[in-house]
Amino acid sequence: MNTFSKRSYVIIGFFVLVGLVFIAGLFRLQVLDPTYKVFATNNVLRDVVQYPARGLIFDRNGKLLVHNKPAYDLLVTPREVEAFDTLYLCNLLEISKTDLEERMKTARAYSAFRPSIIVKQIPPETYAVLQERLYRFKGFHTQSRTLREYNYPVAAHVLGYVGEVNPSDLERDRYYRQGDYIGVSGIEKTYEEWLRGEKGMKKFLVDVHNRIQGSFLGGMEDVPAQIGHNLVSSIDIGLQLYAEELLQNKRGSVVAIEPSTGEILALATAPTYDPGMLVGRVRGANYARLLADTLNPLFNRALMAEYPPGSTFKVLNVLAAMEEQTINLNTRFSCAGRASTPIRCTHDHYSPLGLIDAIKESCNPFLWNTFRSIFSKYPTSAGGYDVWREHVLNFGIGQKLNIDIPGELSGSLPEASYYNRIYGSGRWNALTVRSLAIGQGELGVTPIQLANYCAAVANRGYYFTPHVIKEIEDGEIPNRLKTKNFAGISEEYFEPVIEGMQRAVEQTNTAYLSRIPGIAMCGKTGTAENPHGSDHSVFMAFAPRENPQIAISVYIESGVWGARFAAPIASLLVEKYLNDSISTERKWVETRMLDANLLNPIQPK
Amino acid sequence: MAKRNSLWANIDWLTVFIYLVLVFLGWINIYSAVFDAENHSIFDVSQRYGKQLIWIGAALLIAFVILLIETNFYVFFAWFFYGAVIFLLILVLFFGTEVNYSKSWFAIGGFALQPAEFGKFATALALAKYMSTFGFKLKRFKSLLTIGVIIFLPVLLILLQNDMGSALVYFSFLLVLYREGLSGVVLFFITLIVLLFVFSLVLPEVTFFILLAVITLVVFLIMNPGMKHFFRVVLFFAAALALFAGLGFFIKAGLKPEHILAGMLMLGGIAAWIYSLRKKLKSYLMIALVFIGAVMFSVTVDYTFDNVLSPYQQARINELLGIESDPLGVGYNVNQSKIAIGSGGMWGKGFLNGTQTKFNFVPEQSTDFIFCTVGEEWGFAGTFVVVLLFVLLFVRLVILAERQRSGFSRIYGYSVAVVLFFHFAVNIGMTIGLMPVIGIPLPFFSYGGSSLWSFTILLFIFLRLDASRLDYLSQ
Repeated sequence: MNTFSKRSYVIIGFFVLVGLVFIAGLFRLQVLDPTYKVFATNNVLRDVVQYPARGLIFDRNGKLLVHNKPAYDLLVTPREVEAFDTLYLCNLLEISKTDLEERMKTARAYSAFRPSIIVKQIPPETYAVLQERLYRFKGFHTQSRTLREYNYPVAAHVLGYVGEVNPSDLERDRYYRQGDYIGVSGIEKTYEEWLRGEKGMKKFLVDVHNRIQGSFLGGMEDVPAQIGHNLVSSIDIGLQLYAEELLQNKRGSVVAIEPSTGEILALATAPTYDPGMLVGRVRGANYARLLADTLNPLFNRALMAEYPPGSTFKVLNVLAAMEEQTINLNTRFSCAGRASTPIRCTHDHYSPLGLIDAIKESCNPFLWNTFRSIFSKYPTSAGGYDVWREHVLNFGIGQKLNIDIPGELSGSLPEASYYNRIYGSGRWNALTVRSLAIGQGELGVTPIQLANYCAAVANRGYYFTPHVIKEIEDGEIPNRLKTKNFAGISEEYFEPVIEGMQRAVEQTNTAYLSRIPGIAMCGKTGTAENPHGSDHSVFMAFAPRENPQIAISVYIESGVWGARFAAPIASLLVEKYLNDSISTERKWVETRMLDANLLNPIQPK
Repeated sequence: MAKRNSLWANIDWLTVFIYLVLVFLGWINIYSAVFDAENHSIFDVSQRYGKQLIWIGAALLIAFVILLIETNFYVFFAWFFYGAVIFLLILVLFFGTEVNYSKSWFAIGGFALQPAEFGKFATALALAKYMSTFGFKLKRFKSLLTIGVIIFLPVLLILLQNDMGSALVYFSFLLVLYREGLSGVVLFFITLIVLLFVFSLVLPEVTFFILLAVITLVVFLIMNPGMKHFFRVVLFFAAALALFAGLGFFIKAGLKPEHILAGMLMLGGIAAWIYSLRKKLKSYLMIALVFIGAVMFSVTVDYTFDNVLSPYQQARINELLGIESDPLGVGYNVNQSKIAIGSGGMWGKGFLNGTQTKFNFVPEQSTDFIFCTVGEEWGFAGTFVVVLLFVLLFVRLVILAERQRSGFSRIYGYSVAVVLFFHFAVNIGMTIGLMPVIGIPLPFFSYGGSSLWSFTILLFIFLRLDASRLDYLSQ
């Protein structure tokens, strides 16, 4: 009836052919092929995830900071469990019987067929005993993991710690499975993808006693784990150790940067904790303890504490005014000492004086006049303020620097609109915001921003985004960390300011604790007003003057004046970094700083 | 001879019987796949087997209603159904819910509907309607164009939803066209291009080129069983190979093996082509042309894949073709699936005794990989019966289609057979590792209301048409 009806046979033939191919394939797979015969007895094949060792972290001089130690997880497959010696297992693993029962229940609730972890991070000594007896515990098996181990009890906030993945990590990256470890903070977090390596998978045959009998198909289907990449951090562990030692019994922070690269040499915050505390089975308990500590050791002051920069900010204001050409080397402003208005001067010096000595003497009236001169150049106060604010922003203050460890805050640098809101548009001027001239008022600068600003001065006009990474094995550090950020101030304006900074260290009476024989250090002290108690001691410095090797910022909370604590501590660190030791005639300074206890001042000195 | 007017006497009960058996077996296996020893009740609607019972009940009701409706209804409203489904497919692009990266579901309350599933019977109806119009000639360009539009409009919309599997199903209509007189050569070339595309991506270049050369030479031999010409052609290839290998060796140009092979194939192919031109060997000429085209096509596909497509698109295609070697990725699925089926042995582990297909060892174990449960718990005996039942159903459907008097019913009947067949072939092929992983359900077996209903509608409209075949005069 239809010319093509013969083709129905072709189609039927095709259908039957495919059916036959399938039947042949199934026959081979199910009856002939011995590979899968193995599975006729239940669950004799076990997939064991191979966890790679995390990459190691070295300091800039090749000293090993972070490495791995073995630990073992005990897993249970509830369906395979038979009656066992509960007491023995509990004693061995140091858990209570009810705890074990609770965990068994959780495991059953998760799956009767799939293994789940029942005890985590068993130390090698216990594991050795457990492995011997494991045949008596059907349904239990172990897997090996690695934990972090720290060679030095310092730099916790830089290195960060490793923890278990949380549900949002699982959602974000399909690499992770429940129970995997991931970098939670610091370098461990930023460079997680380099450090973690690649998980592998091994297939094992296990006998009825649940003991591994050998690899499946001679390991043909195994995928080996790939070890994580090693990292070299820019931290100088010697300097870091010394910084944390000097900060003992104080609240504060130290940030040291190599100006020519932006590499962070030391980043210390106090009070702090030993990174080894957040590893292994004790981690949860320790974390809770640190969290409850009233001194708040988990708070990273170096990145998150915002203080007014105090007089250290004067350097920036002078530079900004020179760039705006509202002052120059010939400018003189007079100072009436304590009688000066609107800001008095607490330092005794000659008058009138130029900008070099104004920085040396930290003269408030000079800075007030300098600050006002920027405002006067522009028709409106808001206009002048915006220009000034732009200069400050260019030094990386008032915004996140985007350094390569998480948690950084942006500090505070209000916009003109902030003052418009408070005083009304056009109803405020330089006088209203005069505190900014001397680094007080609404300014909030983090220690890392202060160190970075100091590095920009040391470089005579530019900075690299500070970072803690130096090298990545088989990788490149991100380009953004190797790009110069210019502060927008001509190079020629820096020399007089730097001269002032050197004189501040070498020629003032207040700074005698901070003079280092043989090293030309340029610095500026500051006092950050503290509404809650004694003022904070602030200091920034770089050295040597030519070809600077280190730029440093030190904040000591309630340290009263910059010269009292922050400057001597900074000078010790600079001396240590450049000379590798503290000269004998300065040992007493070191002792005095180490002994100072600002946490509990009742203690005798 | 059956009575003209008795609907129930004219229904093909054999097909209904096979349908019921398959649905029942499907449910048994879903029950087993989701079975949890600690809490079970057959009617627990929070579990998939409980829900599937509801879907089955509804499907039977749908089947019954379809049988009650007059045949003319389907013929008359064919375009309407098609239009409605196209409308839904457009709508789902905007208001759909995303599941597994494809935006192809309407979520209405706790209930999900996948319009792509219903596109199959609607397209089949539209195709049958168009191709059975009076005076229709398949060979006309306009006819082919219209058919192309009818088939590829839903394909395009489904591709936009990112549901590659469902879109591929529509290619099965080519077989219907073949039955209706589409030249076998066209079918051959389409198949060839698809195969070349897949193989040039799946196989390493070297293997692919050697395979291509061997196949071509065999075809040469079969078509012209004279050894003289054959040896000469082989000689061309050998000479070309020697030339390129020598070139690679002496100039150390860093030629990779696949480059040498590609060069040898091109040069050998061109030599064979010129030879056949001079000797006036027409069939040789054809084969040589096809062969050169194949090599060039494969090189283009590889090049395009590596250099033009974005990594994301590459990943999609790799995933589709199952190239990923990641043990926790797609390869994992097929591996687990093969382990599950293979571990069933001859007689299986018994009902509810499977271990591999439970608790997510095999992913999608109650939907796309339901056949694993059959393989594991019922063994080769079970899989054999299921494959047999399906093939029986397809053959029966073709026989039914051939006995239709109206073109509409015949074309629709073939469409039913080939759509079901395509699902069967791809799904089972995938679970036993003979096909790339393409996520489409096994008809009547896989968990899911939309797919069960759509297959039921597809099948029962045809049974309804078949039941009143005697109403039509022979065309």
